[in-house]
Amino acid sequence: MLAPYPQLVRAGYRRHASYWQASLGGVTANVVFGLLRGAILIAVLAQRGSVAGYDTAVAVTYVWLGQGLIGVVLLWGDTELSQRIRTGDVVIDLSRPWNLQAAMLATDLGRAGHAIGARLLPPMAFGALFFPLRWPEHPITWILIAAAVPLAVTVSFSIRFLLNASAFWLLDARGALAVWGATSGVLGGLVLPLSWYPSWARAVLAWTPFPALFQFPIDVFTERGDAFTLITKQLVWAALLLAAGQVVLARGTRRLVVQGG
Amino acid sequence: MAELPPVESSPRHRSVYPRILASRLRSQLAYPGSFALDVVAQIIGQAIELLGILVVFTQVRSLGGFSSTEVVLMYGLAATAFGLAILCVEQIEKLPEYVRTGQFDVMLLRPLSTLAQLLTADLALKRLGRVGTGLAVLGWSLTTLQLDWTPVRALVAATAPLVGAVILAALFVAANTVSFWLIDGQEAANSVTYGSNFATSYPITVYGPWLRRLMCFVLPGAFVAYFPALALLGRPDPLGLPDALRYSPPLVAALTVALTTLIWRAGVRHYQGTGS
Repeated sequence: MLAPYPQLVRAGYRRHASYWQASLGGVTANVVFGLLRGAILIAVLAQRGSVAGYDTAVAVTYVWLGQGLIGVVLLWGDTELSQRIRTGDVVIDLSRPWNLQAAMLATDLGRAGHAIGARLLPPMAFGALFFPLRWPEHPITWILIAAAVPLAVTVSFSIRFLLNASAFWLLDARGALAVWGATSGVLGGLVLPLSWYPSWARAVLAWTPFPALFQFPIDVFTERGDAFTLITKQLVWAALLLAAGQVVLARGTRRLVVQGG
Repeated sequence: MAELPPVESSPRHRSVYPRILASRLRSQLAYPGSFALDVVAQIIGQAIELLGILVVFTQVRSLGGFSSTEVVLMYGLAATAFGLAILCVEQIEKLPEYVRTGQFDVMLLRPLSTLAQLLTADLALKRLGRVGTGLAVLGWSLTTLQLDWTPVRALVAATAPLVGAVILAALFVAANTVSFWLIDGQEAANSVTYGSNFATSYPITVYGPWLRRLMCFVLPGAFVAYFPALALLGRPDPLGLPDALRYSPPLVAALTVALTTLIWRAGVRHYQGTGS
């Protein structure tokens, strides 16, 4: 039964490999925002020298890795499941001999794999060319980041899956997805480092899966905090959210009514 | 396809646009629940940018030589202008679709301006959420700053969001015209649209020299919020730029519109249709 999933990973990779022009456009947007966000952080650090452990090198690494991760972790534009629920096409997906959530996760990991080359490396290369990035000091960090990024993708996927699955009840998941798209960046540590936030905000966010999306993988790469703790937290959130997705999928499937003869 | 001779809009033709728009607005309000959520998402999306500014100011007292309230004023001007601009010209993002499906051919056949047809095909009413957020923040900062009000400053405060909206709207149209040449140029154009929303919310003094030249003068983002804010605050430019610049946004807006018209015409001339 394991057979279809590796195939789906490959299919997800190939599906996105054919849209290189779109990748180029996305990278352009990431680079523009990298320059702007980087300028703000550098302006702050020009006055303070270091804020919450961020000096200029860590800050620009934070910015460029974050900009690269946007396309990999994926916050915006994943509406496929909710649209298939609305049109009823989801019945076809549900009747295939696979677990729908696992199949979609496999496809999404394949997509993310392609995005590492197409969306993560170009902004990082741009950043490395024009800014003094801070590279990992310990070789093991490269192995740890190779675990933290797929886990960030899995957490992001499982949240997107839950939001899309709300269409089983609401028929239209657009509002929920729009709110997620608007807030996930700022809650996940993409817009500004979470350690710059007031302590009450940090305390609240520590109980949410959002830091697992951007802040944790970036912290692993910049060697801030204990990488094993961060990855364990990511693992726990991924497991919890995937399990919640299974429950919601089972409930939603029972509710599903398809019109037609 | 050869370009058709332009047909000047007669008064009869012009009355078509309000009617098209009214029908679109009715259709958007047909599902009030979904519409309300869309507006809320817009308010959150715009307010999140403000949150970023406030977090920065928990770490420093001033940014680029400006206090938090002064930066919030720039944000209010920029957000209102961006909301108005995207409200009016968001349809331009559909251009790739019109080109790909051949619907643009239909537009060329009608005796109406192609750009006006495209822009009035719909109006993104949900963007009022952004305009509302911008106006609320602008109102708050204008009352908090205790400005020395003069007739000229009142005029700047009243017109700056509108002039800024014209500049940004023209910029978005110009950036999206790239779709006549590139099929997948949408996201690159988006980086101009949303990048300028972000860039104009901060004083241009925070950007390095060449980024400042590009994002603020080549793409005239500095005239949306930064220069009007200097006029309202009545303070000298930390960069030592001439004082006349702070009253120049209307002129810059006119120039941007003129340039955009030229770029649009070049795009239409380049357009060849999709099939036989």
